[in-house]
Amino acid sequence: MSGMNNQGRPSSPHEASSGEAIVTYTGNRGLRLEEPLIFELDNSGACGVDLDEPETFTLRLGKLARKGRIGLPGISEPDVMRHYVRLSRKNYSIDAGLYPLGSCTMKHNPRLNEKMARVAGFGDVHPLQPQKTVQGALELIEMLAHWLKVLTGLPAVAMSPKAGAHGELCGMMAIRAALEARGEGAMRTRVLVPESAHGTNPATAALLGYKVDAIPATEDGRVDLAAFKAKLGPDVAAIMLTNPNTCGLFERDIIEIADAVHEVGAYFYCDGANFNAIVGRVRPGDLGVDAMHINLHKTFSTPHGGGGPGAGPVVLSEALAPFAPLPYVVHDAEGFQLVETTTQAKADGTTPFGRMVSFHGQMGMFVRAMAYMMSHGSDGLRQVAEDAVLNANYILASLKNDLSAPFEGPCMHEALFDDSFLKGTSVETLDFAKAMIDEGYHPMTMYFPLVVHGALLIEPTETESKKTLDQFIGTLRHLAKAAKGNDKGLFTGAPHFAPRHRLDETLAARSPVLRWQPPVPAQAAE
Amino acid sequence: MRYLPLTDSDRRAMLGVIGANSIDDLFRDVPEHARRDGFVDLPKRQGELEVERALTRMASKNVSAGSVPFFVGAGAYRHHVPATVDHLIQRSEFLTSYTPYQPEITQGTLQYLFEFQTQVAMLTGMDVANASMYDGSTACGEAVLMAHRVTKRKKAVLSGTLHPQYRAVVENLSEFANYTVEAMAPAIPGTTEDIIARICNDTSCVVVQSPSFYGDLIDLRAVAEAAHAKGALLIAVVTEVVSLGLVTSPGEMGADIVVGEGQSIGNGLNFGGPYVGLFATKSKYVRQMPGRLCGETVDATGARGFVLTLSTREQHIRREKATSNICTNSGLCSLAFTVHLSLLGEEGFTRLARINHANAVKLADGLAGVKGVEVLGDSFFNEFTIRLPRNAASVIDELVDKDVIGGVPVSRLIPDDPSLENLLIVASTEINTDADRAAFVAALTEVL
Amino acid sequence: MSEIRFTDQHEWVRVEGETATIGITDYAQEQLGDVVYVELPEVGKPVTAGDEAAVVESVKAASEVYAPVSGEIIEVNSDLEGAPGSVNEDAMGRGWFVKMKLSDASELAKLMDEDAYRAFVDGLA
Repeated sequence: MSGMNNQGRPSSPHEASSGEAIVTYTGNRGLRLEEPLIFELDNSGACGVDLDEPETFTLRLGKLARKGRIGLPGISEPDVMRHYVRLSRKNYSIDAGLYPLGSCTMKHNPRLNEKMARVAGFGDVHPLQPQKTVQGALELIEMLAHWLKVLTGLPAVAMSPKAGAHGELCGMMAIRAALEARGEGAMRTRVLVPESAHGTNPATAALLGYKVDAIPATEDGRVDLAAFKAKLGPDVAAIMLTNPNTCGLFERDIIEIADAVHEVGAYFYCDGANFNAIVGRVRPGDLGVDAMHINLHKTFSTPHGGGGPGAGPVVLSEALAPFAPLPYVVHDAEGFQLVETTTQAKADGTTPFGRMVSFHGQMGMFVRAMAYMMSHGSDGLRQVAEDAVLNANYILASLKNDLSAPFEGPCMHEALFDDSFLKGTSVETLDFAKAMIDEGYHPMTMYFPLVVHGALLIEPTETESKKTLDQFIGTLRHLAKAAKGNDKGLFTGAPHFAPRHRLDETLAARSPVLRWQPPVPAQAAE
Repeated sequence: MRYLPLTDSDRRAMLGVIGANSIDDLFRDVPEHARRDGFVDLPKRQGELEVERALTRMASKNVSAGSVPFFVGAGAYRHHVPATVDHLIQRSEFLTSYTPYQPEITQGTLQYLFEFQTQVAMLTGMDVANASMYDGSTACGEAVLMAHRVTKRKKAVLSGTLHPQYRAVVENLSEFANYTVEAMAPAIPGTTEDIIARICNDTSCVVVQSPSFYGDLIDLRAVAEAAHAKGALLIAVVTEVVSLGLVTSPGEMGADIVVGEGQSIGNGLNFGGPYVGLFATKSKYVRQMPGRLCGETVDATGARGFVLTLSTREQHIRREKATSNICTNSGLCSLAFTVHLSLLGEEGFTRLARINHANAVKLADGLAGVKGVEVLGDSFFNEFTIRLPRNAASVIDELVDKDVIGGVPVSRLIPDDPSLENLLIVASTEINTDADRAAFVAALTEVL
Repeated sequence: MSEIRFTDQHEWVRVEGETATIGITDYAQEQLGDVVYVELPEVGKPVTAGDEAAVVESVKAASEVYAPVSGEIIEVNSDLEGAPGSVNEDAMGRGWFVKMKLSDASELAKLMDEDAYRAFVDGLA
């Protein structure tokens, strides 16, 4: 043998050890990296931007120049990049795996949406620029509004609410405004809400001063029609229904419910969180809905971003349309215009109940949703609902004998299970969910809705393949079997493989530490 | 369709497992009357190329702020956002992650929220901050409701310094929640004595914005004292968060709650949203604070970690007794804020503020030199009001024809007040160059 | 001689003379999980039986605590602020919530005694 590089090295693993017992110097474990707080990386003198100090000038701050340090850490760009990249790697995400969260609609977030939102003509325009310089922006808002109206079969839409809960507030404010315009504001003090409703529903009603009256469910998971009718009266302002409901079931009696509500002069608010089940196939307007918020970050794929931002436009019936809040877009021969003030509304002949937010709404989310909707088209969107419902039913049918399903199928876009199948084992819903983390899944929604015990609500969405679902089903079967076989090892102390083990939420709530504090300098020796 | 993984063969197999003949079987609970066989009346699916083409064409009808000398503020500000920020917020694990309800696998989100909360508390000079609200205006509305909860009173005084749309949001929320609002006339410039005179024994809070909507810097100290003497809270509003790099913090001046708009840091203009609401307060009020909160704790091995906490204030637990109905925060926008502020650091952030102020001073001097223009107010940060010799809205339109976007006419937000018709609010941030300022001055001179 | 009574909402009331001490039962604290915070009423507040007297919070739940009897709040357990865990550790003793001056002792007769409450709880399982 001759030449350089003639020294080999081992190229296959010899005895593998799990390595669990090894303690590393850094605390890292291979690609599982520990990362301190940004404040703990302070290296004052370092800075992640290059800005030139302005030439000396006289401040014009009155006596209000800030004295003393703010306390922000100094860090170079490479270190900032590394810090946040390392943090990102501790997060589960839809790009990385299935997120079976019921009523959250964790579907794929197309990057075309991101690209379009960043086009300068959309991303770099100010809400208060002269309107003739933003005609394309106003056109986009109108276009999205049109699509939402056609998909829901309702004639008007309020675009400004910033999130689903904000949209609920908008819809209920429109309802109250309509009732007050009729002179019935004071007499209508009650709002009917199913027991299975999401917490935002009663919170919204209570915020507006309504008494919340809970409607029980029947054994088949739907609104108890008789109980509901018994609660109706001339003092009811509205019903707030989710359809399909939070048990994943279509409210069969919905038209009868809507008719009964209208008969007593009340309004039908629909929580649109579950619109993904029916988009393109069923129009809420045909079901008697008067107002419905749409979560663009659910049905229309705008990214969840770790908790926001969302957007919650609200479609409105003919009766509620005049009360839609400021601002809204109008279109005439001269182009697009914002109606932003009460004065302009008066000239336009409408009676908006007021303004919910400064500026015009979540334009960034509008562009993303529009790109998504145009990509799917009316045919694609109908397929979305069908595949979403198919996927959920596939899970329900495959798992109903391994887990326990409280309601007879078929379901809509989400499948509900309860913890009956864990009865007699030492495993609770929480432990079951944490064991899923070790299997590489984000757990499904747990303990909601409250109408069944230890709820497990699974919404796969339409962007999951059969192969992914099969593996998911296999995993849950495996865990259910292990739980029933009392294989506690999988569950006690789970998750074992996540960046953190179970966290002490009691400690966090009893002794809240809500910010970093600079360490107190050590006392000088007496 | 490219986003839908199921094939027809998959669908058939799955229907088989379910025991249904067709997908229609699964929709059998839909009332007959509401069933629709065809597609709704909207265009059919399109490929990326077509969608890009259509949307880009629409976008090209807009004049982007970066393409002309640009001086628009009034609650949203054009700043330079470093490339690192946009890159990081597009990482899968941040962009496509959900609310961190399973903390073991969302420490990335939770840790940046903890950093965000700390940064906001530092900037505002307060004890604690939440993990963000939708925007400054809704944060302001929520602050007023919180003050009512804390003081058990029902009347809010809104000073004339407040952004007119913020005022409208507070008035709307108060009307529906059955509270009273006393809104003062526009403060051009107004005095703190005027504000103090309105505080009574039944006042729950007084809301003051500084820098004001008109750009003026307000010394909050006397207002805070007067409010506290009557058992009321001072809510300070900051719509240009970069001002906190140079101006005394509201916390230092005695504010009880500070709300603001964080858009200026890390987030682009986006025609009004998504933005990021800042909300900070004193420790003693933390359980009355709305919105998500991230707290520090340890895991089962003793390692430091973070979790959402004090959740019993929130709607998903308290339902009708919640502090607010709010569910989402501004997630990704607060990450953008955190990253940008981390890049800036103490040195960069304070320097950025000085540059902003310097540019505004230069602009004010330049505009003051234009015949017929009067610069109002003698203390400001990066925004001020000028009085023109004629209708400001017309002047702005004419400036557009000269490729300058010069500011916001006050009449756009407060119509029907002839005394305000000639007023223009002008902002100047670090993005403005000498050439921009010269162009503005020249165009305005021509137009007037 | 102190007597103890229970409500079907799992509150207990122990009476000594005119003073009633009120808390939540051991069963209740177990259902709730780790108590993290107790919101107590103001001293001097008049209360009617059935009114909300306090709110007890765990991490994932919040529960109203109703006054089993009518009267006036004369003392609240301020130790709970720093040590809410006492409610879990000793719900029937150190974890007491409020003391009231009774206005109508006859209301006690409507409440369950210890045996009746035990039977009630057994029936819930």
